[in-house]
Amino acid sequence: MANASEILFKLRTLWATLLALLVGAGLIAAADTSPIAAYRALFGEAFFDYWGFANTLVRASPILLAALAVVVPLRAGIYNIGGEGQIYMGGLFATLLGLWLPELPAPFGIALVAIAAMAGGGLWAAIPGLLRAYRGVNEVIVTLLMNFIAIHIVSYAVSGPLLARDAPYPYSEELPSSLHLPILLPQTDAHAGILFGLVLTVALWFHFSRTAHGFSLDVVGRNAQAARYAGIPVRREILVSMVAGGALAGLAGGLEVLGLKYRLFHLFSAGYGFDGIVVAFMAGANPLVVPIAAFFLSGLKAGAGIMQRAVGLEGTVVEAIQGLVVIFVAASLAWQPARSRPIAFLKSRRELAALAVKEMPP
Amino acid sequence: MTDLLDMGFLAAMLAASVRLATPIAFAALGGVIAERSGVYNVGLEGMMLAGAFGAAAGSYLTGSPLVGLLAGTLCGAATATLLSALVVTFRVNQLVAGIAINLLCAGLTAFLARKVFGVEELHNVAGFGALSIPGLSSLPVIGPAFFAQDPLVYLLYALVAAATVALFLTQAGLDLRATGENPRAADSAGVNVFAVRYVALAASGMLAGLGGSHLVLSQVFVFSEGMSAGKGFIALAAVILGRWHPAWAVAAALFFGLCDAAQLRLQFANPEIPYQVFLIFPFVAAILALVGIVGSVNPPEAAGRPYDRESR
Repeated sequence: MANASEILFKLRTLWATLLALLVGAGLIAAADTSPIAAYRALFGEAFFDYWGFANTLVRASPILLAALAVVVPLRAGIYNIGGEGQIYMGGLFATLLGLWLPELPAPFGIALVAIAAMAGGGLWAAIPGLLRAYRGVNEVIVTLLMNFIAIHIVSYAVSGPLLARDAPYPYSEELPSSLHLPILLPQTDAHAGILFGLVLTVALWFHFSRTAHGFSLDVVGRNAQAARYAGIPVRREILVSMVAGGALAGLAGGLEVLGLKYRLFHLFSAGYGFDGIVVAFMAGANPLVVPIAAFFLSGLKAGAGIMQRAVGLEGTVVEAIQGLVVIFVAASLAWQPARSRPIAFLKSRRELAALAVKEMPP
Repeated sequence: MTDLLDMGFLAAMLAASVRLATPIAFAALGGVIAERSGVYNVGLEGMMLAGAFGAAAGSYLTGSPLVGLLAGTLCGAATATLLSALVVTFRVNQLVAGIAINLLCAGLTAFLARKVFGVEELHNVAGFGALSIPGLSSLPVIGPAFFAQDPLVYLLYALVAAATVALFLTQAGLDLRATGENPRAADSAGVNVFAVRYVALAASGMLAGLGGSHLVLSQVFVFSEGMSAGKGFIALAAVILGRWHPAWAVAAALFFGLCDAAQLRLQFANPEIPYQVFLIFPFVAAILALVGIVGSVNPPEAAGRPYDRESR
């Protein structure tokens, strides 16, 4: 009895997502389209079609890493809203090193450029991390503002010093082909970037569930006072979690350059940093759930275009549905049934009964 | 550089700054009110967009910019009330809820715009023209910049004064600030914390909606997808730079408008100077303000934290 209701409760983000899709169906119906046909086109193409799934994978690569970039600091109680900016700095650093490096065997070159991307994102995140840890400045606002700075820096770089010769609009020279990531699904854009995210997901799950450092980050996130009392260097952990998050987002940006565009573009990230926030919250900051949520959101985005062509429904409705999903999931996560009156009442009755049984003489 | 000394140039530049700053200023004013009541309104961006859509739809369907203005304001307020339900009643994380609102508004306004205006052509809607205030507008430099604008700019002046008086000189303002500083104490003193936050957020949404309406009814006369283009986030920066004071927040918005105007001019006049410097400048200034290099700032104590009567 208690188990069944507990499982139902644990899956509440799933119910919330379904509810959001249901409300979205109302929206679709309002546009004189059959919701079933629309959803079939959307999810069928995004997940069960070769080209569509490749498109989903292309989007999942940055979104998965951007979500992990939010999860790591979140475990330490820090909100990283700066994923978008960190993606841009990662892309910039990757491009700078990629264009400067001499020809190297592919794995070395790619590894070096990926490290540069992580350094770019990590350094960019270190600024709000330091400000938060040592001056107590709200990291939410600083990371939010730094997104815009990073976007403008990249805009300057690709329209000034990095501008390719004879480029019709701002982008950099192409990276040497030895640095291009291999393609996973032949004849599509689906590159190996997603593998980085999946490997890091498992590594982070291991880190948080099996290592002392992962545990100490969790303690900082749950009760900084207690962490300090237990001898955990709270300020340092805050900085470390932020830099690690920034490095993950930076990698997302670097992989976009190495795997998809092969050059740095003005506005090359389509809001992936913000998608990462959404995914991290849908997954309840649990690394193992992050890929599922990331694939769901990527599929939603990838399927939007297909749906538009298949049933003539504007792809913009998908953006609205995405907002609905976030609203419902966030509300479901904030809902504490223990605090809602009827359930708390039932629980207290059950506990009283259990107590009475225990205290009865044998 | 000698251009800068030319009075005509200065006046034109300042007038452009005021025009560019007005939507940000409305939203920043809304941000101040929300944050003073203890809620970070990250959804300003979405509320501006909702306001812009409402204004365009209202004006397009009736042909009256006043109806458009009303519709824009109401759309902003409705969006804000959804945010209140999430963050005040359900205690959802304020950032997540704000981001969700932004996503929802971006999608919903684009979707509804296709329904209302059709897919193909852009529809110009009726808007407000410039209205010079006799006497004041003939002052040198500041006259044309501040007193030969459209009616919404004058509404902004009035609302800044009203918000300052309401926040700092009335009982309601005291209740609102107490709610943002120490909701438990305010609750003990008989202030309905939840009602205060609902009302503050609704006002915040109306102001953001006015900002969006200004974009449509006084600047471009047409609705386009994502037309708020980050102005709601810039308004959040203006709130910080203005240290949570209505008048200073609007002054900060004006500074951002000035940077924007300078950036636009530079892009055409001196392509060799990176115009991005002026785009970055406002954000750096806001961060420096936060760090305490540009004076000290104290955000409202309870901002960002949901209030729960039953927690300790």
